[in-house]
Amino acid sequence: MKSITIEKRGKLRDFIARRKPIIEDWKHTLYLWKSTKLAMIGTVIIVIFILIAIFAPIIVPYDPISSNMSARLQPPSWDHLFGTDQFGRDIFSRVIVGSRIELWIIFLVSLISGGLGTFLGVVAGYFGKFVDEIIMRITDMFLAFPSLVLAMAFAAALGPSLTNTIIAISVVGWTVFARLARAEAMKIKKQPYIEAIRAVGAGNSRIMFLHVLPMCLSPVLVQLTLRMGTIILTAAGLGFLGLGVRPPLPEWGSMVSDGRSYLVAQWWISTFPGIAIAFVVLGFNFLGDGIRDIMDPRLRR
Amino acid sequence: MRGDLLDVRELKVVFYTYRGIIKALNGVELWMNHEERLGLIGETGCGKSVTSLSIMGLIEQPGEIISGDVYFEGKSMQKMSMEELHDMRGKKISMIFQEPVSALNPVMRIGFQVAESISRAKDIKIKEAYPEVLKMLELVGLDSKRTASLYPHELSGGMAQRAMIAMALSSNPKLLIADEPTSALDVTIQAQIMELLDELVREMGNAVILITHDMGVAAEFCDKIAVMYAGNVVERASTVDIFEEPLHPYTKGLLKAVPKIGQSKELVGITGTVPDLVNPPTGCRFHPRCPYAMNKCSQKMPPLIEAKPGHHVACYLYTQEGEHNAN
Amino acid sequence: MGRYVLRRLLLMVLVLFGVSVIVFFIVHVIPADPVGALLGGNAPPQLVDQMKHQLGLDKPIWAQFGDYMLGILHGNLGISLKSNRPVTQDIAEYFPATLELAIFSIIISVALGVVLGILSAVYRNSWVDHFSRIFSILGVSMPVFWTGLILLLIFYYILGWLPGTGQLSLFTIPPHRITGMLLLDSILTGNWEAFRDGLAHIILPAAVLGYSATASIARITRASMLDVLRQDFIRTAKAKGLSGRVVIYRHALKNALIPVVTLIGLTFGSLLEGAVLTETIFGWPGLGRYIVNALLVLDYPAIMGGTLFIALMYSLANLIVDLTYAVLDPRMRI
Ligand SMILES: Nc1ncnc2c1ncn2[C@@H]1O[C@H](COP(=O)(O)OP(=O)(O)O)[C@@H](O)[C@H]1O
Ligand code: SF4
Ligand SMILES: [Mg+2]
Repeated sequence: MKSITIEKRGKLRDFIARRKPIIEDWKHTLYLWKSTKLAMIGTVIIVIFILIAIFAPIIVPYDPISSNMSARLQPPSWDHLFGTDQFGRDIFSRVIVGSRIELWIIFLVSLISGGLGTFLGVVAGYFGKFVDEIIMRITDMFLAFPSLVLAMAFAAALGPSLTNTIIAISVVGWTVFARLARAEAMKIKKQPYIEAIRAVGAGNSRIMFLHVLPMCLSPVLVQLTLRMGTIILTAAGLGFLGLGVRPPLPEWGSMVSDGRSYLVAQWWISTFPGIAIAFVVLGFNFLGDGIRDIMDPRLRR
Repeated sequence: MRGDLLDVRELKVVFYTYRGIIKALNGVELWMNHEERLGLIGETGCGKSVTSLSIMGLIEQPGEIISGDVYFEGKSMQKMSMEELHDMRGKKISMIFQEPVSALNPVMRIGFQVAESISRAKDIKIKEAYPEVLKMLELVGLDSKRTASLYPHELSGGMAQRAMIAMALSSNPKLLIADEPTSALDVTIQAQIMELLDELVREMGNAVILITHDMGVAAEFCDKIAVMYAGNVVERASTVDIFEEPLHPYTKGLLKAVPKIGQSKELVGITGTVPDLVNPPTGCRFHPRCPYAMNKCSQKMPPLIEAKPGHHVACYLYTQEGEHNAN
Repeated sequence: MGRYVLRRLLLMVLVLFGVSVIVFFIVHVIPADPVGALLGGNAPPQLVDQMKHQLGLDKPIWAQFGDYMLGILHGNLGISLKSNRPVTQDIAEYFPATLELAIFSIIISVALGVVLGILSAVYRNSWVDHFSRIFSILGVSMPVFWTGLILLLIFYYILGWLPGTGQLSLFTIPPHRITGMLLLDSILTGNWEAFRDGLAHIILPAAVLGYSATASIARITRASMLDVLRQDFIRTAKAKGLSGRVVIYRHALKNALIPVVTLIGLTFGSLLEGAVLTETIFGWPGLGRYIVNALLVLDYPAIMGGTLFIALMYSLANLIVDLTYAVLDPRMRI
């Protein structure tokens, strides 16, 4: 009994020791991140966005969903910071609550497409040969579409709704992660310690998920951050076209679309949700650009 | 003036990196006369390449010359205008590098790249330079017509280095800097290239700075040797003096790795490693590894003094002060 | 080289087959109800069945798939439920407008992106670099559909400097249709009034579309240029005594632009994508808007045909890019 725990501990220590370069790497990255202005600004924007999403119910002054015809189409004022729309709903409240929808979409799409892509990529990279060939050709097929066009087709076929928006964007987005994870898995597979673990008698799935997969995660996570801005833009694009989240839910893209016919006289209806989208996406892109700088191997000496 | 061709005085160069400020050159002193051949030796990372780039005026972001100057034929390079600097590179100093294939532009034919050098040196149009191109390529032993129409990736390392030499010598420069010109090549090719250089330089009468790891090559090729350690020239003398009677403890250590002159051997042989130049040792940068280190050594950098006629060394073992302190 | 092209072509055929399968899957297997959408929610079941039969939707799924693949092989994409015309005919009508818009945008974005990228790299960390980076990040961050609306608001409604939606003003007589690209046709037929009017109409949508693509081109150009400027051969060029200008434009630029060519293919994809939104806003009679309309009413032959065609164009663009790359880089020539 005792000897087993000791052995386990040894294994754990070994496990950590092998990952030490990764931990060191992250420490260095943290240091670089602090010295990259764009990344800092981006992070601040994203933190604000997340805080707003969390505290939305406390912040909003009005009910974002139910209409109030007596307060229709009012311009921005102290009562209605961003004005009201054609149903008399407070746009400020809708933009604030909308942040929750966008955040939810980002979160689920990242989880699903990141998870699916990493899984398929690791399987392809680990087994190689035939399996790899099949998975990679499927990836090519998905990559042959401009992604919004494919997402539109999926969303329309499934029927417009929040859930279907998430499914459509995920189904289109996994390919990037599959390619990344595959490349990474192919590198790791060749390491001598994987051979050692196999010699001890570990099976394929054990090696794949316990030893190869964790090592693939950091590039996938970086790529996920880089793509979050695109996820919002795609969701908003679907919403705008009427193929995404349906009214009365305050998704920002569909709110821009709501204001289209009022653009000339009531510019605020479309303008503020648009600014909200641009602001959040800008945050993610600043962070992404900073990360790209940080990841640039030439700067790491 | 110490050298009528080149005089490097108290040159300090730093590089600003994420890791910190690398103090790459710490007051380098170096000089040479026309037609002289100077060998620059020392372990990797001691600043040989940075010194040669400084002489070319090619220290750029993230690097900076923070003090000191390079005088070429008596003219301060710090004071030269852009044009003068370009002219000096085009006509008076040339350089060849360690990796010949990557030192050539991958999307341009060899002929064009040589022609460009000639046109720059002789102030003629690139097209008019082609007859000269063929002459130069022949001179370095290449099949001139064919090579001129090839791209760099189509050449072997040895051929590419020959092309580089053709390019560098096409201006018949006063000074040729060769930064480890053979380290990346096969052993058999190395000798051929050095022979070629020797022959051409003898004919054309260029001064040469040869940077090398190979003590044997340095001994055969050079009249003078300068030894660098962690950003300083620590000893300078005639080749014979350096090999027969080295003064600096570092040079002595280096030579222990070489049993006999003429026999190639890599630099090994000293305990410890090259210091981190972000936080270099105080005083004499060699003191953590030096078997003769004294108190004084960790406090102040020893100056480069003429210990014997024509034999310079930077070490307290050879200064009056140092001896006082040691006793 | 020949073998490379052949392999590339074979791979493309395989991918296009897969693409057709995906499109078929989306439209037929995922539970959407085209007949319901076509006839309205409460059509009598009899009529629904009859309609299904007429469209072949009552056959087993594999039979439907067989019909569909056979059709594609014969260049037959079916009949649009909405326009009642062959989908191929619809595409032929709408695609030239999209192509024209895309070409305009790509010219804008390549010109702007390459210049910004080079300036950024050459004057790294200067204000030029900061400006160009922020300008281009803004480009990828602003939703195309929103930028389009705001520009329309400003330049059409408020300032009145540029015309509003569509390809031509109401009273301008369109040129005789030759290629389907309005500006080109105007030139060919010498209809200068239509040319001027068409040019004024294309500025806003092309700017909106081009701006978003500028960012990625600028970013890649910058990265690629920085990469090249760090290489040994640049040091050699400087050591030859060449001036900074010659080093950058003669020695660095060609090397730096090779990867940028690859990006232009990808940009073409993002332009097709952006075209969907831009065309919707600017009432541009192109393929993007055609597909959106088809999607909204579940006109499935039009959806399949349009999507398939876009994938085909996208794959072709990438093929051309890969081949150009092979021609540009002497290291790739065998
Ligand atoms: N471009 C650069 N950026 C940062 N550090 C540099 C650069 N070039 C040289 N250095 C540093 O300067 C020191 C001297 O390098 P170098 O002159 O290349 O040595 P060597 O004697 O091997 O030629 C090294 O510590 C190196 O890390
Ligand atoms: S100065 Fe001191 S430490 Fe430096 S080499 Fe001489 S004796 Fe050694
Ligand atoms: Mg060196």
